[in-house]
Formats: sequence, structure tokens, C-alpha cells
Amino acid sequence: MPNSASLLWRQYRFERHLFWRNPSAAFFNFLLPLIFLALFGAIVQGHQNELDVIVPGIAGMSVMATTFTALAYNLTFLREQGVLKRIRGTPLPSGIYLAGLALNAVTNAAIQIAIVVLAGRLFFNLGWPAQPATLVVFVVAGVGCFALLGVALAHAIPNFDSAPAVINGVFVPVILVSGVFFDVKHVPGFLRDIAQALPLEPLINGLTGGLVHAHGGLSRHLTALAVIGLWALVGVVLATRGFSWEARRG
Amino acid sequence: MAANQLAIEVSDLRKSYGDLDAVRGIDFRVRQGEIYGLLGPNGAGKTSTVEILEGYRRRTSGEVRVLGFDPNDRPRELRARVGIVLQNSGIYNHVKVAEVVAHFAHFYPHPRDVDEVIELAGLSEKRDERARHLSGGQRRRLDLALALIGDPELIFLDEPTTGFDPAARRSAWQAIRSLRDLGKTVLLTTHYLDEAQELADRVAIIKGGRILAEGSPAELGVGGGSRYRIAYANGNGEPIVVQTDNPTSVLHELTAAAIARGEQLRSLSVTRPSLEDVYLELTADA
Repeated sequence: MPNSASLLWRQYRFERHLFWRNPSAAFFNFLLPLIFLALFGAIVQGHQNELDVIVPGIAGMSVMATTFTALAYNLTFLREQGVLKRIRGTPLPSGIYLAGLALNAVTNAAIQIAIVVLAGRLFFNLGWPAQPATLVVFVVAGVGCFALLGVALAHAIPNFDSAPAVINGVFVPVILVSGVFFDVKHVPGFLRDIAQALPLEPLINGLTGGLVHAHGGLSRHLTALAVIGLWALVGVVLATRGFSWEARRG
Repeated sequence: MAANQLAIEVSDLRKSYGDLDAVRGIDFRVRQGEIYGLLGPNGAGKTSTVEILEGYRRRTSGEVRVLGFDPNDRPRELRARVGIVLQNSGIYNHVKVAEVVAHFAHFYPHPRDVDEVIELAGLSEKRDERARHLSGGQRRRLDLALALIGDPELIFLDEPTTGFDPAARRSAWQAIRSLRDLGKTVLLTTHYLDEAQELADRVAIIKGGRILAEGSPAELGVGGGSRYRIAYANGNGEPIVVQTDNPTSVLHELTAAAIARGEQLRSLSVTRPSLEDVYLELTADA
């Protein structure tokens, strides 16, 4: 039997190949955070405080879009098309197949974070990441957490037609409430509480530390990391329970 | 593997979905190198049976062996030795035919040559075409190519030609026959009688989750309890049909009487009961 490491590598390369095979999808995937950066950069031009909020916010949104949104969408599509069922009938281990999909999403998240960091450095006077270690820890935690939640959400989507509505129904409120475009300190208390209980606000909190604030270090963001960790646990349970390889009938 | 060994053994297989008993005690054996057909109307329990054998569904009770394995455990070695063509299963839209076949080849310990398989599936001219640009029939052939790339001993074909035009069906049949020439075992489900008659060495007619009759298409035709059918037009040109178990004496009487009257038996035909007659008789709602 072919060994697992080479199977995973091939599966990962195949997914990357397919990702680039549809260049318009790939292009807009990477263009989206740049458009947001350009728009909000123009809106808050000259207010460094606000830029310090928006750049990490968009980095957090990018993590969520490339993992949570992309995986929920892709898995629903692959399930509905019968690709998952077909793969299930081959000797390729299921775990390796899913890991290939996840690594593909992780790669996109890494590329987007790099784009946001570079754009912040080049156009928004942000400097290089203030605490690279904090940045890496939060990117890794955020990517893992949102990837698991994306797989979990795929189960809740009954069919591909409803995928955009369900996914945006979660994604849009979460990015709005979590302070992607403003500082969460300025919103009403109950909304702030909700935001802080969700995984995106803690992620942006950690990314803000990593990208902007030189002081403090990782220890200032342990609560945020714990919240992300709890959501990742919820994600593990929901993603593995009731994972369906087949489209629902009827 | 010994020639007399069984590729598939099913005894008293049952499958229920809640209150619905989809499969209600099925027994059959498929020998190595045989094309075995499960023939029956939609909802007869064919796909439930096949998907249990493929490892997609868990049986409610009964014994099942596929190449000596219990498919419930989904052993990787078994998956490496079978090829599956599902009733409908898609593929990535943007992948090219040769790419996806070559990629699937890596899943298997002893894959076949990619171009050879594409040729066998009749897709040589489409090898650089993207999957989304293939016609329905061409996608079905890609399904076949992907099922064959691992050089499986046993191939499951679940309604392989549903929705094909007649020419595409003929060419698919040719591809399936070539599997027999390669010594492969094939389990075929179909609701097309001509397909079963054309391809299968043995057929089980299945309805309501039970096997109603089993045998070669020829055996089923004559031994299935159906009668010979003698048709002719009488002196007034009216069509007459006689059903009989003893066509020799009926014909003798008919022709003797006609000669005595100095008449012709116009449009005379004698038809042996076909698989179709047996099938319709067995599956008619009584």
C-alpha cells in the first residue's frame, strides 16, 4: 500500500493544483482582504489608531474566510456532488483525504495573513509584526479552530443550494460583531460580551498583539487563547460527530 | 486465487431503514470471473444490497463476504481490490480526465496504466478535457475509468447506463464485456432487461427486497414458468395469440387445420418466453 506521508503530500498538491485551476476564484480569494484594506485604509486615512484596529481585524476575517467559510462551502459541495462518497470507496484513507483539504485551506490562510502583513507594512505604516511569536500562535490556533468549525457547519447545511445563505448567515454577523472594522471597546456591553464569547474577537485580540503592540507578549492574551481553544474543542466534537460522506436523500 | 472461489457470498441479508424493510432476506453467490446481474424495478432493494457489499451501509442482519472480507469493517485491502461505479457520483469540475485518473492511480498498490484505462473507457479523445465539459455519458465513462485504475478483481456497477442514448449504451456494454475478457468479476445492477440479458452470466430478479428468481438469462427464460407464445392472423386478418407449454402439438393442430381449410396462417410467429416475459410476470403487482 502507498505510504501515508506520500499520499498526504500528493493529496495536498492535488488540492492546490485544483485551487489554482480556477484562477478567478483564486484571484478573488486573495483580492478580498486587499479590497477591504484599501477601502478602510482610505476611510480612516491618517488615523493610525484606527488602522491599528482594522489591519488585525482584516487578518482575523481572512483566517475565518479561508478556513471556516471555505471548508464549509467546499465540503457541502463535495458531499452533494458525490466526490466524498467516491473517495470513501477507494483505498485512500479518509483522514488523509480530509487532511489534504484542511492543509489546502491552511495554506490559503497563511498566504492571506502574509498579504495583510505586507500591505500593513507597505501602505499603512504598521511596521513588521511586533510579536512574531504571538502572531504565529494565534494564526495557528485560529486556523485550527475555524477549520474544525467549518467542517462542523458543513453538517448543518442541508444542501448546496442553501450553503451560501447559511454560511453568510453565520459569517457576516460574526465579523460585524467581532470588531473587524472597529474597536470592540466602543460597542454596547452586551454586544461586546457576545463578541468576546465567540472565537473571532479573541483571535483578533491576539492578532492585534502580534501585529501592533510591542509590549506584553503572549501572556496578555491567554484568556483569548483559552476561548479559541474551547471553540476548537466544540469544533472537534461537532466535526467528528455525524460527519456525513453522502448527500442527504430526498 | 482459486478459480472456484466465490467473489461474493450473501446469506439471509436484511436491511431496514426504520420501519421500511428494504432488503428482506437475500441469498446469492457470485463466482470469480462472472458477470452477475441484480435486475429489478426502482426501489427493489438493489442499491441497498450493493451499497452494503461496497461498505457504504451497514446491514441489519445476515452474513456477507466480499473477496473473503466483511465489508462492514471497510478494510483498506478490500477497497484496493474492488472498483466501484456508483449510481451518481460527481468529480471535481475543473480537473482534466487524465489528471484525475493519474491521481487516483496513486491510491492503489498496483494500478493499471493511465492511458490504457482511459482507452478502455473510450475517453482517449477527451483525456485533456475538463470534467465539467464532458457529456453525461462521458462522465459515466470517467466513473468507469476511475473504478478500473486500481486494477480491481471485482467491479460494482450500479445502473451503469441509466440515462444513456442507445449508441452510448452499446459502447458501455462493450466496455463491460471487455472486463469479463480480463477475468474480472462484475456485480451489475440494472432495471433494463436487455442490459441484463446482454451482459450477465447469471441474473437475480429482485423485487420488494427479495430474490424472486435466479439463473442464466436463458434458463430464466425457459424455466421461469412462462409459456410459449404463438401468434398468427386468422382468415379475417384478426390477430390471434395462443399461449402454451407445448408449442409442438399446438402448432401441429393449427397448421393441420389451416391446410385442411386451404388457408395460410399469416404472420405466424412462435416466441420463446424471454427474460422480459419472466421479469414482467414476476414483478407484476399481484
